[in-house]
Amino acid sequence: MNSDLIVFIVLAIVSIATALGMVFSRNAVYSALFLVLNFITVAVFYLLLGAPFIAMSQVTVYAGAIMVLFLFVIMLLGAESISSTSDLPWQKPLAFTLALVLVVESIYLIVSRAQMDRVITAPDASINTVENLREMALTLYSQYLLPFEITSILLLVAMVGAIVLTKQEKAG
Amino acid sequence: MHLSESVSTGFFFLAPWLVFAPITGLLINAIFGKYFSEKVVGTVASLASGAAFVVSVLLAYSVSLNHGEVVRWQFAEWIHVGTLQLDWTFRMDSLSTTMMLVVSGVGTLIHIYAIGYMHEDVRFKHEEGRFTRFFIFLNLFIAAMMILVSGDSYMMLFVGWEGVGLCSFLLIGFWYEFDTLGRSSWANSNAAKKAFITNRVGDFGFLIAGFLMFWYLGSFQFDEVFKAAPAIAESAPWVIVAITLFMLVGVAGKSAQIPLYIWLPDAMAGPTPVSALIHAATMVTAGVYLVTRSAAIYTLVPQAQYIVAMVGAGTALFAATIAVGQYDIKKVLAYSTISQLGFMVAAVGMGAYVAGMFHLITHAFFKALLFLSAGSVILGLERGHHAHAHHAAHDDHGKGKKKEEKNHGHEEEHGEVFDPGDMRNMGGLRKTMPVTFWLYMIGTLALAGIFPFAGFWSKDEILLDASLHFPSVYWQLTIAAFFTAFYMGRQIWMVFFGEARSDAAKHAEESPKVMTVPLMVLAVLSVVGGALNLPFEGFHNLGHWLGHTIGEVEGLPLNLQVAGISTALALLAILISWFLYGRNPLKAGQIDPLKKPLGFVFTGMENKWFVDEGYFAVIINPFKKISAFLADVIDWRFWHDFVHDTVILGTYNWLSEIALNKYADQKGIDAFANWLGTATQSVSATLRKLQNGFVRSYALSVLLGVVLILGYLIFK
Amino acid sequence: MNSVPVDYYVLLSAILFTIGAMGVLIRRNPLIIFMSIELMLNAANLVFVAYASVFKSFSGQIFVFFVIAVAAAEVAVGLALIVQIFKAKKNINIDELNSLKG
Repeated sequence: MNSDLIVFIVLAIVSIATALGMVFSRNAVYSALFLVLNFITVAVFYLLLGAPFIAMSQVTVYAGAIMVLFLFVIMLLGAESISSTSDLPWQKPLAFTLALVLVVESIYLIVSRAQMDRVITAPDASINTVENLREMALTLYSQYLLPFEITSILLLVAMVGAIVLTKQEKAG
Repeated sequence: MHLSESVSTGFFFLAPWLVFAPITGLLINAIFGKYFSEKVVGTVASLASGAAFVVSVLLAYSVSLNHGEVVRWQFAEWIHVGTLQLDWTFRMDSLSTTMMLVVSGVGTLIHIYAIGYMHEDVRFKHEEGRFTRFFIFLNLFIAAMMILVSGDSYMMLFVGWEGVGLCSFLLIGFWYEFDTLGRSSWANSNAAKKAFITNRVGDFGFLIAGFLMFWYLGSFQFDEVFKAAPAIAESAPWVIVAITLFMLVGVAGKSAQIPLYIWLPDAMAGPTPVSALIHAATMVTAGVYLVTRSAAIYTLVPQAQYIVAMVGAGTALFAATIAVGQYDIKKVLAYSTISQLGFMVAAVGMGAYVAGMFHLITHAFFKALLFLSAGSVILGLERGHHAHAHHAAHDDHGKGKKKEEKNHGHEEEHGEVFDPGDMRNMGGLRKTMPVTFWLYMIGTLALAGIFPFAGFWSKDEILLDASLHFPSVYWQLTIAAFFTAFYMGRQIWMVFFGEARSDAAKHAEESPKVMTVPLMVLAVLSVVGGALNLPFEGFHNLGHWLGHTIGEVEGLPLNLQVAGISTALALLAILISWFLYGRNPLKAGQIDPLKKPLGFVFTGMENKWFVDEGYFAVIINPFKKISAFLADVIDWRFWHDFVHDTVILGTYNWLSEIALNKYADQKGIDAFANWLGTATQSVSATLRKLQNGFVRSYALSVLLGVVLILGYLIFK
Repeated sequence: MNSVPVDYYVLLSAILFTIGAMGVLIRRNPLIIFMSIELMLNAANLVFVAYASVFKSFSGQIFVFFVIAVAAAEVAVGLALIVQIFKAKKNINIDELNSLKG
């Protein structure tokens, strides 16, 4: 039982709690806010795992941009209440059961194949240097150049798509 | 084609023309006949027959040049199978050339006569188109008869045998849609069928004899059979007896002996030249020729010979009695033919082959003469009938009697049908038909056996032979000779003397020269024919001639006792007939004077002793009943209706309808197929529920899949 | 020795993933469903980064980088779609979108 482990467990509990909160919250805005909290928690996890850049981009993009987008749309529509009667009454119990089974299976798989010699140590301060970042950038732009370019095109396509989808016909 | 080595001279190469000259004649008439006039058709046919006669003369001459040695000339191969080697070979020896001469000679004369006869006959029957056909059939007959007499083996003989049987059928049934009186009827075709079928029974016997011959003697060829026969006669005599007796069955069929003679009187339905040629002179003598040819076999089995002789003698007497009671001029002559054939068969049965052949030849002459003269008489009556009827028709026309102008058939003009052959319609014809009268007289005297006509010599020789060795045969034949003279006398008085008993007889006209001239030739032959074999030393010409083939026979000298008895009986018979028929000639409608004294005997004679009726009752009607039974009950009702329809068809229908259709197909296969469809439908209806359109449930199924895969991976 | 076995991270990720999956299945509000999808993506990112740390490689982090970018694009388009659907149907019950019912 070391300090890393304690920190990990605390953060894990928080993330799970926020996740559950997101799923079961009746209010859509609350769900979004819960998710933001979850993202931030995950960002902290990234830091612990020695990926500061990813942590920052998670906070910036995910929690900052995506969730804001979500909140916008929720504001637009999310406040509508959904009727309580369901067309699929058997969906909920079945989903619960399956989720439970999945968890059990996952636990079993992970525990049975656990290799305790693979450990994660907390990073030292050297990961915050520019050198580290440069190395990552080099890998990104050399080895993963093609995915990078494609992703940029993908973003372009998404942008165009979003605009096209929401374009309104001129009335009259 | 090879000749036997001994031949150096002669016309033997002409032999195939015996057959092919008549064939050529018939082909010319068949193909071009419709373009020819009647005279041309008849001339072609007569020339064809005459050519065969010329060839026969040349062949006979050639044989005589070779001192009577046999010449065999293979013309074509026929059947070569294993040990059976059958060829079409022409055999020229004294016996076969004798037959050839008789057949073609008498045949040619009859062809010429037939030109005149058929010219009138087809007009009386209003069938002018049929003239050519008659001559085609006549030529076919000559060809077949030539094959018969020139054959070198029993099978070639049989080919000709069958051929003449066929021609007999064709010619008897020449007027197949009529009966003898010209009415539309089955009668003529029935007569033809009767002849053919009765002949068939005889042929069956011949074939059995042939099969036995091949099986035990190994061949059909004459010389080989005669060579092998004595050995078999030693070891298994029953074989030879069987062969000879079965051949006798064939002879009885073809030569009209008891019990198969019944076809010959019915065969008088054919035109008179047919009766003359086939049923008097030539075809019916084929049986006698067969026995004579098989002399070598018959002499080995005296018991069979005796049977042959008895059959012949019995037939001679039996038929003579029937002839006494007949009223139709041709029927008298028919039974006379049967009787005379009985003489011939008795002769060859006794072993007197020369006597038998001699009588065959003379009988051909005078019987052909008699038949053809009878034809002349019949036509004379027809002419008279039509001449008279025309007068009557002209008279009646004014009185308004109902008749048809176009068709002057016999029925339309009289209430009854006129029979030109019935002797009761004749009478006094010697005044109106003198030539025919004298010709008929010559024929009668020859047949009755009056010295010095031909019949006297030939019949006398038979009687002589019989008296020496076979007494019972002698007595039967003598009594038959008595009857022969009697019924011929009766015929002469009834036909030619007295007053005409009908209008037709009153107006009878003489026949034209084309008919009477051949008759004169035959009359001359009937007078001088006896010279062929006179019973005096040095004059046994025929015996010497035939002796080359059938073995030398010692010619018997004239026995005055036998000759005297037979002549006396003949003259007595003629006298008695004059008492009965000549002195007080019959009037029209008067019944026969013999009827009252003889009573039921005469009735029996009139009705041919009811033999045909007996055959019908014993054989034909039961046969018809059996075949009707087999056809109706067994074949139709049982086999067809029951087995086929009920059993087989019913089972099949049951199988296909009930078993296969209802159960197998509908309940079984259909049910299964339909179940497949409905099952698919219900499964799909069930599975369709999966596609409920809710995205969430699709997502659930994805998660389910993930869980399942993970579970599989865990438990692997 | 301050270390956490990597399997803990994997386990955490699995749990988060399952929660996300459950959210997709249970909720009828498409926005919540979308958010649950993001949660699932996040869980996967976590594992990537964890193993990148174990193996001292940058590839994992770069992959996460891409995932985040793609997620952003996806969210943009997806929200646009949801807005359009709302305009057509006037309510956002996802069960209303069942016209593909077979």
